[in-house]
Amino acid sequence: MFIYILKRVLYAIPIALSVTVVSFMLVYLAPGDPLNAIAPADAPADVIASLKSAYGLDRPVPVQYGMWLLRAVQGDLGTSIASGRSVTGEVMSAVSNTLMLAGFAAFAGVLAGCVLGALAGYHRDSWIDRLATALSVIGVSIPHYWLGLVLTIIFSIWLGWFPAMGAGPGGSGEWLWDIEHLKYLVLPTLTLSVIPMGIITRTVRALVADMLEQEFVVALRARGLSGRAVFRHIAKNTAPTVLAVAGLQVGYLMGGSILVETVFAWPGTGFLLNTAIFQRDMPLLQGTILVLCMFFVVLNLIVDIVQPLIDPRMGRN
Amino acid sequence: MTAYLPIPPAVAATRSYWATVWYQLLRDPMALSITFILLLIVSAAVFAPWLAPADPYKASMLNRLLPIGSEGHLLGTDELGRDMLSRLMYGGRISLLMGVIPVLAAFIIGTATGLLAGYVGGKLNMAIMRVLDVFYAFPSVLLAVAISGALGPGMSNSLIALSLIFIPQVVRVAESVTTQVRKLDYIEAARMSGAGAFSIIRVHVLSNVLGPVFVYTTGLLSVSMILASGLSFLGLGVKPPEPEWGLMLNTLRSAIYINPWLAALPGVLIFITSIAFNLLADSVRTAMDIRR
Repeated sequence: MFIYILKRVLYAIPIALSVTVVSFMLVYLAPGDPLNAIAPADAPADVIASLKSAYGLDRPVPVQYGMWLLRAVQGDLGTSIASGRSVTGEVMSAVSNTLMLAGFAAFAGVLAGCVLGALAGYHRDSWIDRLATALSVIGVSIPHYWLGLVLTIIFSIWLGWFPAMGAGPGGSGEWLWDIEHLKYLVLPTLTLSVIPMGIITRTVRALVADMLEQEFVVALRARGLSGRAVFRHIAKNTAPTVLAVAGLQVGYLMGGSILVETVFAWPGTGFLLNTAIFQRDMPLLQGTILVLCMFFVVLNLIVDIVQPLIDPRMGRN
Repeated sequence: MTAYLPIPPAVAATRSYWATVWYQLLRDPMALSITFILLLIVSAAVFAPWLAPADPYKASMLNRLLPIGSEGHLLGTDELGRDMLSRLMYGGRISLLMGVIPVLAAFIIGTATGLLAGYVGGKLNMAIMRVLDVFYAFPSVLLAVAISGALGPGMSNSLIALSLIFIPQVVRVAESVTTQVRKLDYIEAARMSGAGAFSIIRVHVLSNVLGPVFVYTTGLLSVSMILASGLSFLGLGVKPPEPEWGLMLNTLRSAIYINPWLAALPGVLIFITSIAFNLLADSVRTAMDIRR
């Protein structure tokens, strides 16, 4: 088991490194000189030269990457061009908001998906199966940014139950765990949760239906085990796959939340990326992408490590 | 007279694989009705210059945000007073193209790369697949936003970004099938009898790979539609005043307090198209699963 974990961690290191390379190279994807965002087009040559050396842009690219990585590891992601503030500070508060949203949405979506999928798998071809299948197709096909808009129309404009935008009353930036703040979380969470709901429903339904036909389940039933005991066996056998799919989904939600955050003006990474892209703020873009993707890499690692813990068969080889 | 009885259904068994798939799809009422809806949307987009009741770019300050069902404007007008129905029809041209092109690109480039990696194998395979692993270290939506954000807003840049996130996925499918097939005896036999690599791939490998890749890429169409319009919604794709469903959804957003259903209208079309693509992909998958 220890060796397995070690192997997984070692495998994650090159992946993490390649993520840093891609995040860094984003600047070079951008058309034109990275300096264009800072210096006016008609700046004198000596100003350009001094700016270049100040940002380290006069050195070879690999050296620039090394310096950038060294600073990033120490928690310094540079200075935002748009706001002049430290990128690390801006990214951290935004990422925590995004992770909170993605976490809640994944939890809600996975829970709903498991219940729907299990019910559908147990009662194949019944009305509940058809409902679950329809919901899962809708969940994966709906443009969630549009769903957010529709939910806003229904629940904030018509019914006035939940606020339409922001993450706290009066546009306050500070998050608090009280009813007033939680109300702001409801619509974005609901919007974002339909994607994992759809995918998990589909997965669980197929797994449960397949499991019910397995010989060992038939044997358990024939022996007279209660429905609940049989269900426990089925749950144990489906859990590893569901966990793997769910883990992947949390990661995708971290990216997918960008669109939903835009709809609800949620102060997360979506907002930050918007600023970064439209103000050509490359340090901010690099930093945000890097931090989000590192979370994704770590999340995948955790899923890889937890899986054999709940499914002993996987740890053996 | 009995001698002229129709030929017994034994003929049906000799149909080729693709003909059988086609036959199955034609008998599937779901697939047929979805195809009909898609055809409706596609032809509304293709024939927009002849069918659209008004000029999609012609603004009118007096007729802003007219509700659905207004006289002269069947689906109302947008925030600049442009006819919604016409804009939605013209918008379909860009939205559908932007959804389909990345998938098509991924289908062609991904299959070719996957065949190459799988057939040559060894170090080249390792190199290609490890490089592609990097793409899996990113959440795909985030990667699309990052790439098109770094490249700068614009239609071609978002097409590039979307193709880039789909290609690795298709390569994985094509590579795994090719690697499996390559080891089979009949490929070895073909090689021994002097067939070149190219003709082996074309005759023996490709026919095995196309099926799974086709099923996989049809499944991507819906995601691609949602993401392409999503990028435009973020302001990363098509630029105004072009009519595009995602962009229209964005510019009409502020109108949800005045005329909510009008503002939601472009999203309805994205939703219908995407769900149709998804259901069609399901039908295709079922129809192609008859091999055994």
